[in-house]
Amino acid sequence: MKAPLSWIKEFVDIDLPLAELAHLITMAGMEVEEVKIIGLPMPAPGTLDAKVTGLEWDREKIVAASISEVLPHPNADRLTLCKLFDGEREHLVLTGAPNLFEYKGIGPLPKPLIVAYAKEGAQIYDGHAEGLVLTTLKPAKIRGVDSYSMVCSEKELGISEEHEGIMFLADDVKAGTPLVDVLGDAVIEVNLLPSFARCASILGLAREIAAITGKPLKLPKWDVQPPAGKADFCTLEITEPKNNPRFTAGLVHNVKVGPSPEWVQRRLKMYGMRSINNIVDATNYAMIELGEPLHAFDYDKLVKRAAGKPVKIITRAAKAGEKITTLDGIERKLDTFTTLVCDEAGSLSIAGIMGGEETEVSDETTNVLLEGAVWNMINIRKTARAHNLNSEASYRMSRGVHPAMAERGQRRCLEFMRAWAGGEVAPGLADAYPLPANDPVVEVTEQDVKRWLGIDIPVLQMAELLARLEFKVVVSGTSVKATCPDHRLDINEGVVGKADLVEEIARVYGYDNIPEMRMADNLPPQIGNPVLVKEERVRDLLVALGLQEAISYRWSTPEREAKRLSPDAEQDNKPYVKIANPLAYEKGFLRHSVLASVLDVAERNSRIRERLAFFEIGPIFLAGEDPSGLPDELKRLAMVLGGARSASGWQPADTGAMDFYDLKGVVHGLLQGLRLNDVKYEAGEHPSYHPGKCARVMVGDKQIGVMGELHPKVKGNYDFPATFKVPVLAAEFDLDLLIELVPPLYQTVDVPVFPPVIEDLAFILDEELAAEKAEALIRQTGGKLLADVKLFDIFRSEQIGAGKKSLAYKLTYIAPDRTLEAAEVAALRNKIIKRMEYEFKAKLRG
Amino acid sequence: MAEENVLQELEDALAKGLEDLKSVASEEALLAWRNQYLGKNTAITQAFQSLGKLSAEMRPQVGQAANRVKVALEAALAERSESIKESALAASIASEKLDVTLPGRPMTPGRLHPDTQMLRELYRVFGEMGFQVYRSREVETDEYNFQLLNFPVGHPARDMQDTYFVEAGERGDNPIVMRTHTSPGQVRSMREYAATNPENPPAIRLVLPGMCYRYEQTDARHETQFDQIEGIAVGEGITFSNLKATLSDLARRLFGQNVRTRFRASYFPFTEPSAEFDVECFLCGGKGCAVCGGGWLEIGGCGMVNPNVLRNGGYDPERYSGFAFGLGPQRIAMLRYGINDIRYFWENDLRFLEQF
Repeated sequence: MKAPLSWIKEFVDIDLPLAELAHLITMAGMEVEEVKIIGLPMPAPGTLDAKVTGLEWDREKIVAASISEVLPHPNADRLTLCKLFDGEREHLVLTGAPNLFEYKGIGPLPKPLIVAYAKEGAQIYDGHAEGLVLTTLKPAKIRGVDSYSMVCSEKELGISEEHEGIMFLADDVKAGTPLVDVLGDAVIEVNLLPSFARCASILGLAREIAAITGKPLKLPKWDVQPPAGKADFCTLEITEPKNNPRFTAGLVHNVKVGPSPEWVQRRLKMYGMRSINNIVDATNYAMIELGEPLHAFDYDKLVKRAAGKPVKIITRAAKAGEKITTLDGIERKLDTFTTLVCDEAGSLSIAGIMGGEETEVSDETTNVLLEGAVWNMINIRKTARAHNLNSEASYRMSRGVHPAMAERGQRRCLEFMRAWAGGEVAPGLADAYPLPANDPVVEVTEQDVKRWLGIDIPVLQMAELLARLEFKVVVSGTSVKATCPDHRLDINEGVVGKADLVEEIARVYGYDNIPEMRMADNLPPQIGNPVLVKEERVRDLLVALGLQEAISYRWSTPEREAKRLSPDAEQDNKPYVKIANPLAYEKGFLRHSVLASVLDVAERNSRIRERLAFFEIGPIFLAGEDPSGLPDELKRLAMVLGGARSASGWQPADTGAMDFYDLKGVVHGLLQGLRLNDVKYEAGEHPSYHPGKCARVMVGDKQIGVMGELHPKVKGNYDFPATFKVPVLAAEFDLDLLIELVPPLYQTVDVPVFPPVIEDLAFILDEELAAEKAEALIRQTGGKLLADVKLFDIFRSEQIGAGKKSLAYKLTYIAPDRTLEAAEVAALRNKIIKRMEYEFKAKLRG
Repeated sequence: MAEENVLQELEDALAKGLEDLKSVASEEALLAWRNQYLGKNTAITQAFQSLGKLSAEMRPQVGQAANRVKVALEAALAERSESIKESALAASIASEKLDVTLPGRPMTPGRLHPDTQMLRELYRVFGEMGFQVYRSREVETDEYNFQLLNFPVGHPARDMQDTYFVEAGERGDNPIVMRTHTSPGQVRSMREYAATNPENPPAIRLVLPGMCYRYEQTDARHETQFDQIEGIAVGEGITFSNLKATLSDLARRLFGQNVRTRFRASYFPFTEPSAEFDVECFLCGGKGCAVCGGGWLEIGGCGMVNPNVLRNGGYDPERYSGFAFGLGPQRIAMLRYGINDIRYFWENDLRFLEQF
């Protein structure tokens, strides 16, 4: 909300510098977003913690001046010459302002015009430029006449966008007075959070400023109108008090619709609202001042609609299929939850949001019926949302307005209408108030303050702080009984009410004044987060194995995720969890596959790097069976490798393409690092992978994941560059299961003291025999003394024979307690050879 | 051969050998010299072979002389050999000069995502203050995401958090949503803790990290999927001044021991009193710059847990109090590392990731 400083000052004295004031308002919870300077001195850079805009007026060079005569220009019809006195001297000033034409050539004016005048060297905005462009007045000749100064428009002075004509000042302003002393102002724009709805008004802001600066609040006189009497101009009927707790109506006769006073127009413009006419302006002005939205009806139109019967205002819910054309000319179809203001002939306006076209005030209006009502904020919010109708009225009504404000706004506005449009206010106020506000009474103690804030504030000070915000307070012992003032709805009853009051006390006391104190209570039970610890161990291992971690968006599309599967294989038919209101189709589905995410990452980076090695840990989302209706969130680990084994430099390096066994090295490094025992890799098939290059990864009899080389068709689904001819390797694991299988502890063995015996054995075996089986048999046969078996060569040749392969192993024998005898090793060796021959028809290679 | 000649030849061999050795400069030449003077057919071997034919008188003289010459030549050889090795090493060192400015062999280290790195730093700092990590789900019910956190249905506070809804059929006032903040974990954790001892629920000190979602267009400053870490402490004596101390300690750990903090009044439905937590700009020292504007950086929101939320979590608000706060790890990383676009985080471009 925007608030002109001059307007706030009507209700509270402010003697603080602007920067300090803005700081206090911000610290009290109403963040100052922008301060627009209108003439006043600019705060020094860095002193004001908000955006600062606007123009400072030089006291010497921008002053009030009086025009005594407007003369025609000798060479130009569209220009005039003003005989102007600036307090020091009289001279002729050139201007093209159309609002001076009516005075042109009529001789000396009966009453001088008081205007804003900028002398040579003054800095103002260029009135003709688009937007705000600063310019300094310099001497120039315009159509043969010297011009070095200017009579200013509002735009040139930075007051508003107005550049249709020059600005007129009040008649009693003396020529030569610095303009800043007359019109200098600043517009403070604050961001109001939902709990600060009471501050969506000048008075509301002034009340907060008064409370935090300790100055008295000067309330406006809101009981001037209407004159006492019985309201006989209309009757009221509220059908749903829950949605319309209060409705008041007043009447002004014989108004003359016309422009509002200059100062009213200027204030509305500073607030950011257009001036319409004195009647509409009065409703807006009163709303901005007090926070109560008001609506003016043309009373004669209501009388006409009543067709001889007395005017009756009814508020009710819209009927199914009911329509209304609002002030903006749009015909709106209404929902049945919408509350309407009606008469017996039909609907007049959408309650609290926007008036109807038919009964709006026009230039011909002479009698005005004024509505001051309050509506249910939840209902207004729902209606405003349904019609995407964000009006000044709906802004306030959807945040809550206290019913007491309906009457105050009504009375205040009636007086404005009388003063600005010259009518007579009819006696009496029609007032239906079926659901009176229940202002909470909350008791808060010194102990409560101590318990929540950690500080001691004496009860009298607590009471004083609350009284500054107009709470009615009664102190007894160490407690304050506070009655919520009748302009706010954000204070609750009971323990929440206590918290509300403690917050108000803290705010006015100043959060800055509350000291820092470290927690002194006992530590809660230290249960840690073992799952997270293991998950982080997985990350650390993969990073140590040379992989880059990625974190992707959780959403995708079925089409994008389908790319991870070969078109010939079974597709992913599980239903997706769908976003009902996605920003775009591409962000409309929660992913089924972390592998799909990592493949996207690899694809994206394949044009900028020769080596790709990524992993991601995160959830996938599957529509579940849970009675809560929530999907299953399952944690997955996916990794993708591809491209050069090592990065190329200026020296030779192994930049050959990574293959299945690079991936297996990573996977096995991870599983070993996690101390998983009994890991097995079984040839398998999966829709993502090459059928001959795919393994199921098992821990015991549990499958924890699948790995392999991407199926060529799957690789083809991704846009890898043409130069990226090498395989892409990938794996995906059920991380929940993997983590469950990680043992909490593991055992180590002693470093051997006695020398090892190392020897090589090569066996010729059938091609079909899985290497794992051969090694397992060797290990089993070697027993405890065979400390390590390492495959170091695979060899095939004609000599060995078709369908055969030679596997060469390096065997390390160690005894923990002695140096092994040659005979012991020979015996073990022979046993191994015999068993290999027996089990696998292996032949020892010479 | 005359016996005197044998002695003379030994003397000659010694003199000539030592003389020749002076010009020996390589290992090969040294080997040749050794064959010539200490090999099989030299004055020394001849002298030894002749011993049997000599008179008893001469025999010891010649024997001793041959030994003396042999020892002298061997000593000279050893000395020369050492010096040749030394100079060869010196020459080799002198010739082996690298251009140390050439690049090293490129390594291919793995890296953690910057967001993970930031989270770990936060876990560590909070861990030292006794906060343990608690994680909860990303897809939530309206009840947990809003209602139990004191956002009633239709309340204007909901405008502060534009929400993604999940298609889930007609569920009335309890639709399924993408969580807009990590705060549903407040109630989930409180209920979990309270269930262990409903009469006397244990104290709580947790951080709740995780991905959150807001229905808003993305730009350099706004992400529709973002990371949050929330803290909650509940006990029988937790105060606003504890909250200030905890977050100020955090700020000093993250941004430097001299950094100042401030707490601005604010509004969140689930805390009361509520505050925004600002840190003096560590980039400009609080003087005001392009990043901070007026010298302060907004870091997060915080406040005392609203009594309704305590009650919803199973903690009696008349007895227990607590504070909660929420921070953006990405925001902190952006400030610390000068990251200009929040969208870099989930785009996973190596040119970004490799900088961490």
